[in-house]
Amino acid sequence: MKSAKSQQRTRDFIVNGSLLLLVFIWTIPTLGLLISSFRTRFDIQTSGWWKVLPHREWVQVEELDIPEGADPDGIMTIEGVTGTFDEFREGITAPDGQQIVWSGNKRLATIRISDEKWVFFPELTLENYGQVLAGKTYEIKTSSGEVRTVEGDNFVGAFLNSITVSVPATIIPILIAAFAAYGFAWMKFPGRKMFFVLVVALLVIPLQIALVPILKDYVRLDLNGTFLAIWLAHTGFGLPLATYLLFNYIKGLPRDILESAFIDGASHFTIFIRLIIPLSVPALASFAIFQFLWVWNDYLIALVFIGAKPDVQVLTMRIADMVGSRGADWHLLTAGAFVSMLLPLLVFFSLQRFFIRGMLAGSVKG
Amino acid sequence: MAKVTQSKSSIRTVIEWFGTTLGQIIVAIVVPVITGYVMVKGFIFLRDGEAPKYVIALVAIIWGVGGVALIYYITNWLIEKLPPKWMARLQPFLFVGPAVAILSWYLAIPTFRTLVTSLYDRTGEVFVGLDNYIAVFSERIMTVAFRNNLLWIVFGATLSVLFGLLVAVLADRSRFEKFAKSLIFMPMAISFVGAGVIWNFIYEVKDAASPQIGLLNAIWVGLGGQPQAWTAMNQPWNNLFLIIIVIWLQTGYAMVIFSAAIKGIPGELLEAARVDGATEVQVFFRIMIPYIMGTIITVATTVVIFTLKIFDVVWVMTGGQFATHVIATQFYRQAFTNQNKGMASAIAIILVILVIPVMIYNLRQFADEEAF
Repeated sequence: MKSAKSQQRTRDFIVNGSLLLLVFIWTIPTLGLLISSFRTRFDIQTSGWWKVLPHREWVQVEELDIPEGADPDGIMTIEGVTGTFDEFREGITAPDGQQIVWSGNKRLATIRISDEKWVFFPELTLENYGQVLAGKTYEIKTSSGEVRTVEGDNFVGAFLNSITVSVPATIIPILIAAFAAYGFAWMKFPGRKMFFVLVVALLVIPLQIALVPILKDYVRLDLNGTFLAIWLAHTGFGLPLATYLLFNYIKGLPRDILESAFIDGASHFTIFIRLIIPLSVPALASFAIFQFLWVWNDYLIALVFIGAKPDVQVLTMRIADMVGSRGADWHLLTAGAFVSMLLPLLVFFSLQRFFIRGMLAGSVKG
Repeated sequence: MAKVTQSKSSIRTVIEWFGTTLGQIIVAIVVPVITGYVMVKGFIFLRDGEAPKYVIALVAIIWGVGGVALIYYITNWLIEKLPPKWMARLQPFLFVGPAVAILSWYLAIPTFRTLVTSLYDRTGEVFVGLDNYIAVFSERIMTVAFRNNLLWIVFGATLSVLFGLLVAVLADRSRFEKFAKSLIFMPMAISFVGAGVIWNFIYEVKDAASPQIGLLNAIWVGLGGQPQAWTAMNQPWNNLFLIIIVIWLQTGYAMVIFSAAIKGIPGELLEAARVDGATEVQVFFRIMIPYIMGTIITVATTVVIFTLKIFDVVWVMTGGQFATHVIATQFYRQAFTNQNKGMASAIAIILVILVIPVMIYNLRQFADEEAF
């Protein structure tokens, strides 16, 4: 029978080992993208990204002509190794560790002799990012030294558009939702319960329901393709959750604060601005991060309401376009995708605590 | 002298006049009008302006955020000028009015408008009754979409929840909990489009003669297989390769919620069970799972609703080719590619019908709460 201690150790090993394996599997895809975005176009197309890690590779050290008297139809001896034509075609490893390969057909061929060597320090470049970020044109220096001008993918423009869409589309719904949450939590008015039931009911409504009618309205109002249109759309679709979360939070604030402020003669508006907003910062921040990531990463709403206007396109649209038009240009796709992830990842890693708190609050009721 | 006094008194009259109700009314009209004018000018500048990009970005952010704040501020200023009785009556509507108005415009009313549109043909002029719904359920391409969504829910939602639970339990006992959770959670910050690029790269296929640059094919060929176009072959199982992407993205969400729930289980409860000789497996299935069942149901519901609406991943990865269409991509195709608004609306209504049970559950929960 195993001792309790060694049992504990085995369990620790299984727990930590399987968790590490899962973390590894989860991280590999992003890591592959990041590494690939720094590799040259040629490297990406001819070898997997994992080849940047130190690895052993056959490096050719010598090239010989076919030795005289070697008979490709029988058994040959080359450099002290014997084998048939097919075996040499596959490559035969000599006892001293060298590999001998018959390269070519039976008549016309060379014999390549390679050593297995460690390969370090791959060639990395920032060229992909340069081309992806550039506006109209971008100059590439090819390995032979000539300069080629190519069309840039204008990710800087798309990045600015994404910011212009995301910042107001994060702040506006939070502002409106905070006002509403205060109203629902601490004011009395006819229809209060009915309106809040509306908020709860709309929590799970898929936004697909609204795309066709809202697009019709936008075309009529000549709003389509404007920033205002897309801010309002994100506001509309984000409001139920925002109002619901902030209501739960604001309702939980101590009631005496409100009452003593009232006695001092403060109006609802003053109380809201001076007291409630500062007190609700944790809840506001949590939802802000949530909404920001959601808006930044959105594709469908942008696709429908921005459409084909190239000068308003956001990052997700640029990338989706690129997947369609130059799906095999991995050096550009990987760099572009990473540019689009930069800000969300930064926000995510620096403000993870708030983000998780917001998610927990949101899932209490589903 | 007399003249000076007169002009002084006339100034005073003007000031007094401004103090009267009439003056207040005029100010109350002029200020909003000026604000409105500036807002409209700003909008036109943003829509048609030729300024450099970063200037537009800056102006847009200030105009948008500042504008909304200003509207609240000025409206409140107006309301507070009213007699107290009217102020008390109107102020709540300043607070909840904009939210209710936007919710109605963007979600509540569109539900009914879409319902009506779904009963008309593609031009929106000829009433066709339930024909669109009959078409939705009989066209082969739609039944494929429904089948795929079912696959998405059966595999995608289930595995996200299971992996989330697994990671949460493992992380709870490991020595590097924070690190592990952070990395598993990270894909949540990545867009579906970005994830599409990441996974397209993993699934990349080259012909057998050249080296494989896609990770999956490199492993597959290394094991002695032939290179495969993973998202195109073996229908309908190619859908699984798209579903993996969403499992990768969603597990973090499930994990975070489960992790919090597991930490909420009283330590004495687990200790007591262990003292009584329960094995770890028994503790997991007999105590942890029943204890966090409510959370599991909530997470599962959220993930299922989410999976039901899945769009970006499919649209970017395959565009619905190779029998990978789902309900939401069919909706998009009908609405914007085929320009058949009637059919698209019918699909959207079906999506709503599918989530109605969850909506009723939420409303029941809300009604049960005494607090409101």
